[in-house]
Amino acid sequence: MITFPQRDGHARDFHQARWNEQLIFDLGSPGERGVVPPASEPAAAAAGEPVRRSLRNRRNAAPRLPQISQPQVLRHYLRLSQETLGADLNIDIGQGTCTMKYSPKVNDTFVRSPEVSAVHPLQPVDTLQGLLELIHRLERMIAEISGLHSVTLQPGAGSAAIYANVSMVRKYHAVRGESHRDEVITTGFSHPSNAATAKTAGYKIITLQGGPDGYPTVEALRAAVSNRTAALMITNPEDIGVFNPHIAEFVRIVHEAGGLCVYDQANANGILGITRAAEVGFDICHFNLHKTFSTPHACGGPAAGACAVTEELAPYLPSPVIVRADDGRFDLDHDRPLSIGKVRPFYGVTANLVRAYAWISSLGAEGLRQVAETAVLNNNYLLKKITEIDGVTAPYAEGHHRIEQVRYSLADLHEETGVSSGDFGVRLGDFGLHYWTSHHPYSVPEPATIEPTESYSRAELDEYVAAMRTVAEEARTDPEKVLSAPHRGPIHRSGQDAMDDPETWAVTYRAYRHKYLGEQPPEVPRWIPPAGLPAKQRPPRAAHR
Amino acid sequence: MHENASPSPTTAHPYIPNAAPQVRDGMLAELGVNSVDEFFADIPEALRLTRPLDLPAPLTSEAELVRHMESLLSANVTTRQALNFCGAGCYQHHVPVVCSEVNGRAEFLTAYAGETYEDHGKFQALFEYASMMAELLEMDVVTIPTYDGFQAAATALRMATRITHRSGLVVVGPVGQDKLSKVYDYVAPVATVEHLSADPVVPVPLAEIARHVGEDTAAVYVELPDAHGCVDADLGALAALAHNVGALLVVGVDPIALGVLDPPSAAGADIVCGDIQSLGLGMQAGGAHGGFLAVHDDPRFVLELPSRLFGLTPTGKPGEIGFRDVAYERTSLAARENGNEWVGTAAALWGITAGVYLALHGPQGMAELGDTIIDRTHYAMQTLAGTGLVEVPGIDRPHFREFVVDLAPSGRTAADFLKAMAQRRIFAGVDISAESGSQQVLLCTTEVHNQRDIDTLVAAVKEVLA
Repeated sequence: MITFPQRDGHARDFHQARWNEQLIFDLGSPGERGVVPPASEPAAAAAGEPVRRSLRNRRNAAPRLPQISQPQVLRHYLRLSQETLGADLNIDIGQGTCTMKYSPKVNDTFVRSPEVSAVHPLQPVDTLQGLLELIHRLERMIAEISGLHSVTLQPGAGSAAIYANVSMVRKYHAVRGESHRDEVITTGFSHPSNAATAKTAGYKIITLQGGPDGYPTVEALRAAVSNRTAALMITNPEDIGVFNPHIAEFVRIVHEAGGLCVYDQANANGILGITRAAEVGFDICHFNLHKTFSTPHACGGPAAGACAVTEELAPYLPSPVIVRADDGRFDLDHDRPLSIGKVRPFYGVTANLVRAYAWISSLGAEGLRQVAETAVLNNNYLLKKITEIDGVTAPYAEGHHRIEQVRYSLADLHEETGVSSGDFGVRLGDFGLHYWTSHHPYSVPEPATIEPTESYSRAELDEYVAAMRTVAEEARTDPEKVLSAPHRGPIHRSGQDAMDDPETWAVTYRAYRHKYLGEQPPEVPRWIPPAGLPAKQRPPRAAHR
Repeated sequence: MHENASPSPTTAHPYIPNAAPQVRDGMLAELGVNSVDEFFADIPEALRLTRPLDLPAPLTSEAELVRHMESLLSANVTTRQALNFCGAGCYQHHVPVVCSEVNGRAEFLTAYAGETYEDHGKFQALFEYASMMAELLEMDVVTIPTYDGFQAAATALRMATRITHRSGLVVVGPVGQDKLSKVYDYVAPVATVEHLSADPVVPVPLAEIARHVGEDTAAVYVELPDAHGCVDADLGALAALAHNVGALLVVGVDPIALGVLDPPSAAGADIVCGDIQSLGLGMQAGGAHGGFLAVHDDPRFVLELPSRLFGLTPTGKPGEIGFRDVAYERTSLAARENGNEWVGTAAALWGITAGVYLALHGPQGMAELGDTIIDRTHYAMQTLAGTGLVEVPGIDRPHFREFVVDLAPSGRTAADFLKAMAQRRIFAGVDISAESGSQQVLLCTTEVHNQRDIDTLVAAVKEVLA
């Protein structure tokens, strides 16, 4: 008899790949090489040789790149890949707000096809009709999903899309002679990029903190708006998974004050086909195609962002705009006098536009609704199961269902055991799982943000909960085991100390050689701060987890 | 079920396990909930969509989806079917297969924001990317990639205003119109930009630059190669000029040129930025871009970077290395609007890919690659000029990969010329007549264009313009 692997209620017996891989600079030997570029023909060499010889800035000292044969380069990187926990391998519900859904493999095949990979953005438009039609169709799909009039797919990612939105806000008010509007209102549980991009665009930021149900009160908003309000930039459902039921009232109040309303729909996974920016009255919204629309997260990009706007704001969209001529052919319209201009080279992250288009095409309207309903079902299922774990709570909106995610609190467990939420997450990695706390500041104490999406089976959700329960029990019975994790990961615990001090940090191997191996950096001409130029006051140190 | 809402489908889509009716009903029963709709109780009725989304009928069958996508995309003509000489920010370099193999690995492709332990390999690969770029650039600090070269230039210039507490920016020489558009929009709240443009024949005279640089100048920005492909900018003189008035020298560079060109830092560049598209990312219709920012290891500069930085650290076990975020308080993830600009998902996998590219090429490969590109570029310039049908302004200046061709001798417009060439299955460059005021195209030749390709181009030019 064989004892088969059992999952029912148990965490997985897991060990991640541990290759103890050397730094790439320690691989290879002089004379080894991984590829050989084409050599010049004699006629080409004759044309180029005098130019090369007389270059004023010809490089004499070769860069100290490694010298490695091809198979060793491949093995090195494949080992590193195995020490990386991709969503294709794990129950990736612990990276809340990130919407780690399944990225269908078939969509990658379209991206690898020469029709996408081997075309130039500025080749004649007659030879780009397939891609332009695809982008145009995707724009119309996003317009329908948001209910808004016009769409750009140019931004390179979600935060870039938020920046494009706030840039449109700025231009809109400037054109109307209302540049005195210099404030943007956001909320504490809106993604930090709303505040950060608006600040970058020149705005003062007013952040409304959550009331008892997580979202700010209507009264708090009323007190914040004025004739200086340029825009409300708000995430809904907020990052704690609560839908603000007063959102239409928020929009009305801001509109009455002359401001625009910008909806952060980066993560619209729980509301696809349920509620849209248009019905709520928003002027602008954005989606992250790498969240809601399935494109792979790629270790943190390339991603893609979509901005949707009302007809009134369409002239402000980034340029160029893809237009369909009467004969059905597609062209690029660069004549956009009110446009904010370019936010990204060419037409956006085309590969991810292709993937997102294919994903929506596979699902259709019914499928998108199935996505939303299942993501929300999974989330509320987890909400019940996870809050049954002793020491874990779900602050705010007591007794309400949640939309697509929940920000839990391990404050009780921490108080009882001394195990923080960050420590908890490190130990969860020993079971092959990711776990993320929250953005800063930690408004929810000892936070954990879990977002199951639609892509994981009930058994997988149960497995994640089982691992959490196991770690919670360990925190009580053997806290040292949790605090000394990871035990079954690629590496052991490291320290943050050297990371915050300019004397000790080393963000490249070159810097390490200069700081630790006694090598002298070359003397090169450099800017010298003029006398009396103030140095930046460092804010309090922060750690990633 | 919500009134008027579309009914839940009874068949689970293959991507959605718990949409299987039995599974769904079992989970609802576990929660004591009658219908999925109860979960949406907090969404007011008035805000609900009361009809199904109006989208094309689903292609749930993978086979049907593949047929549809192939049919749609087949309207493109690829650069394998046509001979492509377009560049202008997106360059047709060879993509080593190992680059594609590594960035196609599911572990890397589908990972995201995992932490230093369970995503250790991602951290190491990105640290190594930054480290190899640092060797190429001879600067000790290189960031995790930002979106693209446009963003890198825009951020470099905003950093310059923060570092110097000044608001003047002087952009010298040819820079792509689209990049300038991005930069103008991005620096608008904090700075003013003067662009000292140049024709392709002569560089902007130093004396003219000096007239525009002063005590308000935060930075002088110049590119190498510039937007016309020229690589003869006198960076040393520009650095001296900037430094003498307390301004920074910011240089935009394509790292693929640095096998043959000295790194800008050697001449005195304080911030170096650019795009890594050339380093094994491929073209993807202009979709494959990543930006880099490099500075010396000086806290005045490092603490102004918005991007993440991964630092090398020991672990509890000797003989093992780890990586952690450096000076994380700089970022918007830590400090919201009090961080530097913002940081978000950008182009990490492209950073890993560029690292693979540099590891494969090594110092010798990068030098050989640069030589071949210069040779082919000048061969193309000379043979085109030799037809007598076009002019190649600036033919006596050293070029890397790109050059301007003026159609004046032929009396033809750039649009006509490109159209006629395309009919011969040649994409003969990018029309820059709108920005240059002359009938000019910008051509690009890389290591993928052999002599026969260039001869084919020249023969077609003779046919079209004769």
